[in-house]
Amino acid sequence: MRNVYGRRLTHLFAACTLFCASALPALAAWQPDKNVEILVAGGPGGGTDQLGRLIQSIITQHNLLNVSTVVMNKGGGNGAEAFLDMKLTQGDAERLVIGTNNVYLLPLVAKLGYQWSDLTPVAAVAEDDFILWTYQDAPWKDAKSYYEAVKADASNMRMGGSQSKDVDQTLTLLLNQTTGSKLVYIPFKSGSEAAIQLAGKHITSNVNNPSESLSQWKGNQLQPLCVFSRERMAYPEKVTADKSWADIPTCKEQGLGVEQYRFPRTVFMPGGVSDEQRAFYVELMRKVSQTPEFKEYLTRNALVPTFLEGKDLVTYIEKDSARVTPVFTEAGWLRK
Amino acid sequence: MTEFDSLMQGMSLIMTPGHIGLMVIGVLLGILVGVLPGLGAPNGVALLLPLTFTMSPVSAIILLSCMYWGALFGGSITSILFNIPGEPSSVATTFDGYPMARQGKAAEALTAAFTSALLGALVGVLLLTFLSSRIAAFAMEFSSPEFFAVYLLAFCTFIGMSKNPPLKTVVSMMIGFAMAAIGMDTVSGDLRLTFDQPWLLSGMSFEVAVIGLFGIGEILCTVEEGLVFRGEHVKITPMVILRTWKKMPRYWLTWLRSTLVGCWMGITPGGPTAASFMSYSLARRFSKNRENFGKGELEGVIAPETADHSAGTSALLPMLTLGIPGSATAAVMLGGLMIWGLHPGPTLFTEQHDFVWGLIASMYLGNVVSLIVVLATVPLFASILRIPFSIIAPIIIMVCAIGAYSVHNSMFDVGMMLVFGALGYLFKKLGYPIAPLVLAAVLGDKAEDAFRQSMLFSNGELGIFWSNPLVGGLTTAALLMLFWPLIARGIKALGNLKGARVQRAAP
Repeated sequence: MRNVYGRRLTHLFAACTLFCASALPALAAWQPDKNVEILVAGGPGGGTDQLGRLIQSIITQHNLLNVSTVVMNKGGGNGAEAFLDMKLTQGDAERLVIGTNNVYLLPLVAKLGYQWSDLTPVAAVAEDDFILWTYQDAPWKDAKSYYEAVKADASNMRMGGSQSKDVDQTLTLLLNQTTGSKLVYIPFKSGSEAAIQLAGKHITSNVNNPSESLSQWKGNQLQPLCVFSRERMAYPEKVTADKSWADIPTCKEQGLGVEQYRFPRTVFMPGGVSDEQRAFYVELMRKVSQTPEFKEYLTRNALVPTFLEGKDLVTYIEKDSARVTPVFTEAGWLRK
Repeated sequence: MTEFDSLMQGMSLIMTPGHIGLMVIGVLLGILVGVLPGLGAPNGVALLLPLTFTMSPVSAIILLSCMYWGALFGGSITSILFNIPGEPSSVATTFDGYPMARQGKAAEALTAAFTSALLGALVGVLLLTFLSSRIAAFAMEFSSPEFFAVYLLAFCTFIGMSKNPPLKTVVSMMIGFAMAAIGMDTVSGDLRLTFDQPWLLSGMSFEVAVIGLFGIGEILCTVEEGLVFRGEHVKITPMVILRTWKKMPRYWLTWLRSTLVGCWMGITPGGPTAASFMSYSLARRFSKNRENFGKGELEGVIAPETADHSAGTSALLPMLTLGIPGSATAAVMLGGLMIWGLHPGPTLFTEQHDFVWGLIASMYLGNVVSLIVVLATVPLFASILRIPFSIIAPIIIMVCAIGAYSVHNSMFDVGMMLVFGALGYLFKKLGYPIAPLVLAAVLGDKAEDAFRQSMLFSNGELGIFWSNPLVGGLTTAALLMLFWPLIARGIKALGNLKGARVQRAAP
């Protein structure tokens, strides 16, 4: 009897162990146990800041995390401050940084003491299109005639944009290269400043993202000439009285050399974290990007709904870096 | 008058107990962050922002804008009592506010500061109510050359109207420019003066510099001069508020001039700091009591406070109508607007009618509520000076350290604050003015960007600064201000010469 009982007990133990073992992955799936810090690689009020704070508000409203989140701005050096800060906390899986392609392009042009490979890419949650804008009642009615005017005599024409050695100026250089034009680029502090300068007819064009010039377009101060994308934008709802985002021709249709130019909105973690930890945040970002609030944000800012993670994201980063490297070399920006 | 109807609509929208409650909470929180140097309005608004995501946009903006007003009012309290400006824009208030506090006239200085602040703010709101579309159109005329001319005007007014030795002013200003150059340069996209140190990437923070230069520097000087805080033991009663009010109408001209300077600087994004400095310099030059400036003159408190607040209020105008923030706090609020799904810009007034007019109405009420709340605290704050220095000094240093820490949540900034404290002490001992340094540190970066952008526009021709009547007028006015002392002397000499000739011819 006793033996049988003992054997039963052993069975029970064995069963229990088995059960526990099977339950183990579910229990041990990594979860943050401190507050998650969301660093924003940009100053308060900018596009990156808005995304960071939107992600925070979605996480809070949908209870996607069982810990609190804290948003902090580190916008110094066009965002380099945030990435350097991430590099210093190697292995800390309770930190995220929201940025753009600046995370991998900044180290190419400035001596900063980090490489993007020092951090762990989590996801790209959206992409921004670039649009060539000019002011309302400009003498040129489409991108083609604008660039013909630029090629003829660009001495009184200026391209404005946000920051120096950043996406806007890179696109201007690409355009100058492919069309053989010599458009002078003037860097302003932000895209909205470039929009106002254009609305005041101080510059003749800029390459703002859709949301940066939206209200001037609605207010009949600016008009879009073309979008730097292979196909037209996917938002057919009317923005002005008679035009929608989808009505804007692509720059390829207009005969400009640059086929597609976008920048990703990226989320990174510090380096030296485990795959499990990375996977946790990939899932978190996927959940965030599927909420109605996030979809509304995409529509409102006319962003491209892209979701990249893992190998796809790394390939994207490598391809994007390879594409701009010759441009940077030619402009003499590339850091030796 | 359609604006008036809209305003009344806005008023009826916000006249609910809930919204008025939010206003009082906002103002109280604002005073709290304003009194703690370094925390300031931008940080306070950023901290509160996540709480507002679940509110309706109108309630949210009421809470945030009232916090802004509260912080603006709160900022003058420490400037006057302890010579510690919470933000660069209240530096000019210390020039005469602090000497007044030392003479035991703290309550008077506080009352004058708060009252003139309210009057300044109200003019700003009136502008926003009735002239916003016209001013927005005017602001679009501004490009880099015009911006540079505005900054030049601020610098030149300060140098030309200053009483300090010109060379010392220039030295102090140059140190400020060097500080402003640290970090990422907008025009070239290069890092400057960072020496590969990550903590220098974002540049030197003005708040930390101001807390150190003024707060710690002042404490060091006071310690050296013998451990006494020379606040006299004057009886403080609520009657002092009424007595000050009785004195104020005689300064109507200063008030008017300061309001104009403030609104102008707020709309053309010179900002509140430039406005308060410029208004103080002008008041010192053109006042009847100019000899008394810097020694505790009531007019020297009224001028910068009025300009600071009218600039702070009118800075919201370019934010709402153009989407360009006129101040750091406006930038944070702008981010908030976007999160609530509002796109600031030319169409905001028509598309978001309720929101905009609710905000404008809340500016009227919020400022009045702020004034009532802060006036009620005047006797309380003024009596802080009765506490012996040996008790209050460590507390001030602690508050300064907390303030410096909270700017970026970094211990390094606390160290920086001490370095600036030593520098501030040195400046005082050697008779160098600190104010030009602050002005240059705050505006230097923007002025440089504007200048280099102008050069890109014109292919390097300086003639661009006289290329149209607007920019030409501004540049000429700036040069006039710079050489005003010489010009004034010339005019006087000419007058004497003529007088002499007349005398000679007479007999």
